[in-house]
Amino acid sequence: MEEKTGIRRIVVPGELLNESGKPGNGVFVENGKMYSAYLGILDLRAGYVNVIPLSGCYIPKRGDKVIGKIVDLAPMNWVVDINAPYYAPLHVNDVPWKVDFGDTGRYLSIGDVIIAKVSNVNELGQVWITMKEQGLRKLEGGHILKISPSKVPRVIGKGGSMIQMLKEYTGCRVYVGQNGVIWVSGPPEGIITVIKAIRMIESEAHTYGLTDRIKAFLEEERGESNGNEE
Amino acid sequence: MGMKSDIKLIDDNGLRIDGRLPNQLRPIKMEVGVLKRADGSAYIEWGGNKIIAAVYGPREAYPKHIQDPNKAIVRARYNMASFSVDERKKPGPDRRSVELSKVISEALESVIFTERFPRTTIDVFIEVLQADAGTRVAGITVASLALADAGIPMKDLIVGCAAGKIDGVVVLDLNKEEDNYGEADVPMAIIPRTKEIALLQMDGDMSYEELITAMDMAMEAAQEIHRMQIEALKRKYTEIEEVE
Repeated sequence: MEEKTGIRRIVVPGELLNESGKPGNGVFVENGKMYSAYLGILDLRAGYVNVIPLSGCYIPKRGDKVIGKIVDLAPMNWVVDINAPYYAPLHVNDVPWKVDFGDTGRYLSIGDVIIAKVSNVNELGQVWITMKEQGLRKLEGGHILKISPSKVPRVIGKGGSMIQMLKEYTGCRVYVGQNGVIWVSGPPEGIITVIKAIRMIESEAHTYGLTDRIKAFLEEERGESNGNEE
Repeated sequence: MGMKSDIKLIDDNGLRIDGRLPNQLRPIKMEVGVLKRADGSAYIEWGGNKIIAAVYGPREAYPKHIQDPNKAIVRARYNMASFSVDERKKPGPDRRSVELSKVISEALESVIFTERFPRTTIDVFIEVLQADAGTRVAGITVASLALADAGIPMKDLIVGCAAGKIDGVVVLDLNKEEDNYGEADVPMAIIPRTKEIALLQMDGDMSYEELITAMDMAMEAAQEIHRMQIEALKRKYTEIEEVE
């Protein structure tokens, strides 16, 4: 797989998939035949035929770490926009602070950004999130950008290789939420480079050899900024 | 329809006023991803028609009482720009565009896996910038591209295509003159994989046999338009590679 070049196979909704394997994600079966449900790329993995959508909204899954924005306050909870079709309530029992009734605004106010974990999702699409875990916190400063949630794995890379590289080359702190929201903090030049690199990953997510190209891009950017300092 | 005139819509060689054969489509050009702010978008030029479609959602449905706890609701809005026709069209929804919005919503809903997004709406905006007959079928065609671009799961792309009757002959894809002075117009929306019909209307009148011929003609053309749709969707992602 490493040496393949060019584009992965792009499929459109309703396209017949003749590949052998069990139907996985993004695929539906009709009269014993498999069809793609999305405009996406075909992915054969562990005996399953999957279609990874090229775009689309975030569908919350239990255990996902997401970045959300507070959009409303209530006496016992906050309402958080996690970039999904539905807003998620964050109850005062699910935060690491002791909050008095009606005192929610003292801890998190409208517009604040948090890292949270999806604690539960039901079949109606209702979502509950929690901040009661190591590493879940309010984010201060930095930049927020959004990408398509289906491209999150590409930004993280195999075993975190891509995101590690972004951090090393730019000296920035980067946090990628499963919902496609990315938080970047660090020196301004670094932030600009990270944003450029992520936009590049986003538009070329369906091609092979992406990590090498991003590496070349980051090296070039670093060379330029060093040159300017001299 | 209905207007009596001496205009000959088919000449002695059997060609139509724009030089097409009875079973020939007008030239079609499609482009996907034309609007940055929308979740999905597409643009189509179909003969003299110029239509843009934008999709937003799935997003939580408001006001809350319109939410369906079992599935998403599909809201399409068909709108003609005031400058889209010869005589200025009074802006805003009218009897015709309300009807078209409804039938287009239902046609699109038939291919979307709405049960995957309970309590949400999927909003589709179809803006006709220039009209030249057959805007509803072109609108459906372009809306299905915009839905695919928005990453909404669907059973298939949906294709709109019209057929009709002019000067006693059943022809495909009427243009404005043929629509105005012809005898019948049959717009259809077709699910090309299963050959199911998602929309069938008729304006004017024709015999049962003629209707069957017209439907067969549209069905055949739908396969061709479907190929163009696939090509347009794939082009958006292959162009990146060519630039490098």
